[in-house]
Amino acid sequence: MTALLTAEGLHKSYASTPALAGADFTIDAGEVVAVMGPSGSGKSTLLHCLAGLVAPDAGRVRYQGRDLAGLSDAERSALRRGDFGFVFQFGRLVPELSCVENVALPLRLTGTKRKDAEARATEWLARLEVDDVRHHRPGQISGGQGQRVAVARALVGNPRVIFADEPTGALDSLNGERVMELLVQAAKESSAAVVLVTHESRVAAFSDREVVVRDGKARDMAGAV
Amino acid sequence: MQRTYTRGLYVVCIVAGMSIGHTLLALLEAGPRHGYDLKRTFDDHFGQDRPLHYGQVYSTMSRLLKNGLVEVDGIEAGGGPERKRYAITDAGVTDVDGWLRTPEKPEPYLQSTLYTKVVLALLTGRDANQLLDTQRAEHLRLMRQLTRRKSGGDLADQLICDHALFHLEADLRWLELAAARLDRLAKEIHP
Ligand SMILES: Nc1ncnc2c1ncn2[C@@H]1O[C@H](COP(=O)(O)OP(=O)(O)O)[C@@H](O)[C@H]1O
Ligand SMILES: [Mg+2]
Repeated sequence: MTALLTAEGLHKSYASTPALAGADFTIDAGEVVAVMGPSGSGKSTLLHCLAGLVAPDAGRVRYQGRDLAGLSDAERSALRRGDFGFVFQFGRLVPELSCVENVALPLRLTGTKRKDAEARATEWLARLEVDDVRHHRPGQISGGQGQRVAVARALVGNPRVIFADEPTGALDSLNGERVMELLVQAAKESSAAVVLVTHESRVAAFSDREVVVRDGKARDMAGAV
Repeated sequence: MQRTYTRGLYVVCIVAGMSIGHTLLALLEAGPRHGYDLKRTFDDHFGQDRPLHYGQVYSTMSRLLKNGLVEVDGIEAGGGPERKRYAITDAGVTDVDGWLRTPEKPEPYLQSTLYTKVVLALLTGRDANQLLDTQRAEHLRLMRQLTRRKSGGDLADQLICDHALFHLEADLRWLELAAARLDRLAKEIHP
């Protein structure tokens, strides 16, 4: 199997603080990989580098064999909109838009007509079991509903990689579990890979394998036992 | 060794100290039952891989009878002891009530082997993070199994797997904290 996404020797410092110090990482198509490690170990920085949101100081990220640093800003943005989906700890939904408009937004940004975009958004909201709040604003729904809307938004464009940074960090156990079930199930059905940052082992248990980040170094645990 | 948790095995672990008497008594609250029916209901809920013996049911029921917590509600013609039908008495209901209201003694639940390993790693100057990583991988392997089983399971499966998952998570959190403490200690000693 060829790697979909590869990190080679990533380094990233903020001021003089090293956040990543030689992270190597590989993810295959359709794989769910948990990125674990203590707070401040560099998990989010790794995710941001992998997704092309942050440029590493040294090392490279390859997506489908192409070095992200070799792409123009426009190409990188197109990649983030088309091939990548994002879920963060707090939904980060646009507060002025209804839920269906939020989910339709990635499609609208890539030129899909409003009617088609909202029809597909509604389908995804139904799959995530939140179509009943499609006309609500983010401020009018619960945290659990908000995360499901965020998952729907991440998946609506049929991405190849979903980057999820502590997606259940703000939810109670039952809501967190349901969001994970729906996220992993939807990703598997559309063969999308998931980079799942979490410090909770019960959440990581939804993954196929885990990578541990410590002191800015990522270690694949496949051979640990 | 690859461990597999079946529901029955896990239940045996969590209910090892469970009172069979109280459990059978509580099952009778739904209505009178025959001995064989009681055994079957108990096995359905709590004993897939280690069913109750009929002998356990009868000895338990005769003790409950003697203590006035159940009474014989009828005997089917031509039957042995399993044909006796039992009903819970008022005293029995009170007893179940008292049992459910009494908190269980909290078990420190120290995974003593893990604890011993961490202390030994400390004493011998080994890296506790190594221990953490290998143990985490092993724990996660089991936690993935439990998570999969839960998603296809019924309510009883979910409750049992949750119980196992939270305890496994607690092991790991303790191990993570221990490793972090040792890390900090090591950095203070050799900055
Ligand atoms: N934008 C930033 N500016 C300055 N320091 C940062 C920034 N992002 C992360 N860091 C630092 O980098 C280190 C790793 O952070 P992060 O990747 O967020 O870790 P994690 O997600 O594992 O908690 C931390 O010491 C953090 O304070
Ligand atoms: Mg983070």
